[in-house]
Amino acid sequence: MNEKKIDFPCERQVIVSLRAGEKVLITGFLFIARDAAHKRMTDDYYKEGKFPFDIKGQGIYYAGPAPARPGAVIGPAGPTTSKRMDKYTPFLLEKGLLLMIGKGNRSIKVRESIVACGCAYLAAAGGAAALISETIKSQEIVAYEDLGPEAIRKIYVEEFPAIVIIDSDGNNLYEIGREKYKTTGDGE
Amino acid sequence: MRIIDTIEIQMAIEDMCLEASCDIPKEIIRCYSDAIGTERNPLGRDVLGQLVKNAEIAHQRRIPSCQDTGMAVVFLEIGAEIFFRGKAMEEAVNDGIRSGYEKGFLRKSIVKHPLDRINTGDNTPAVIHYDFTKGNKLRIVLMPKGFGSENMSALAMLEPADGIDGVVRFIVDAVEKAGPNPCPPVFVGVGLGGTADKAMLMAKKALLRQPGTRSTIEIDALLEERLLNEINMTGIGPAGLGGSTTAFDVFVESYPTHIAGLPVAVNICCHALRYKERIL
Repeated sequence: MNEKKIDFPCERQVIVSLRAGEKVLITGFLFIARDAAHKRMTDDYYKEGKFPFDIKGQGIYYAGPAPARPGAVIGPAGPTTSKRMDKYTPFLLEKGLLLMIGKGNRSIKVRESIVACGCAYLAAAGGAAALISETIKSQEIVAYEDLGPEAIRKIYVEEFPAIVIIDSDGNNLYEIGREKYKTTGDGE
Repeated sequence: MRIIDTIEIQMAIEDMCLEASCDIPKEIIRCYSDAIGTERNPLGRDVLGQLVKNAEIAHQRRIPSCQDTGMAVVFLEIGAEIFFRGKAMEEAVNDGIRSGYEKGFLRKSIVKHPLDRINTGDNTPAVIHYDFTKGNKLRIVLMPKGFGSENMSALAMLEPADGIDGVVRFIVDAVEKAGPNPCPPVFVGVGLGGTADKAMLMAKKALLRQPGTRSTIEIDALLEERLLNEINMTGIGPAGLGGSTTAFDVFVESYPTHIAGLPVAVNICCHALRYKERIL
């Protein structure tokens, strides 16, 4: 199966056209943010009317990297479980967030928001953090440095491997895949 | 009588932190490569291939295979003939964790209080379990437990009438509910019997068995085989993308229980079943 190459950020239409089950390689800029950063970003928006970075048309990778060894760009940085961000996600999508990368299930509400806003949810291979970190070519902390591993980082990635889980029509690869291989384990 | 200075324990733990995080055991990597040959979903085979490659990179570069280097769970099996001197055991263990996580560039993932959530900054404290055995040896096991899988733990106080079918249903259900979240293919630890706390501790300790080894208790060994089979029929597959490999293995530990009870605890570990053992 071939991978679709995406330069990111990109037109919304490119993301809308992604289909669940499609493999992608992303090159370009993403933001790293997880639990504490999501909470604070949302709180800041309500207090100050803006996020610490302009999320319009951007992508968030749910991760909390380990510290970098001297000379390394970043430490191991695999995806974290996305559902802990579900509470904050519909609001961020409404405000223009275009792409999310993490691992694991999302809530029904998040799926509805993905469809309503025309976005996509992708997964990277959970636990393959050393492998994934090799595709991260630069990083800088852009907000909340005090949160340590949970600070918001802007990263530049080259051919970051991911797979489309929930597409803009609401198809969910976790459900499709499970259904296909259920019961006998050989539904291929 | 044998005297051990607890500084030796601290130093051992410091080394074990890095080893446990960077070196996925050979037997576990073999699980990945074996499954590439049997997994039906091509996407699942891709994931398994990535795991093999990831393990190689982590080992060669001395970087953790996963950014979640866990909460440190430490099992101490203490021979009754040992006398300890030096700092208190808990302090020695936590000092070892502190320097191991700092020197190893491991992620500090512990918050001081579950509600105020301020990072302790050094990955302490560890969760320590003490056991006493015969002899003059000290066995230290360090398991850095990631929370993608730990969050999928489950406990049920079933009724005796629920029997083996109730037990199987509850465990398979827990794995199904966890779905892609705990980074499958997983290892499933099951604690059966005792009290609520005993069952959960057994479920965690069960994860310290070697893949492919069955319980020496016949009824538990049969339960392990049935569970592995049923879990792999769920279709969850590697990374939850669908497939025939959802669990690599299931380990059951059991203990006598009360006439009114049938406690069942499930503790799941992701595909990277990592722990280090050292005997002093």
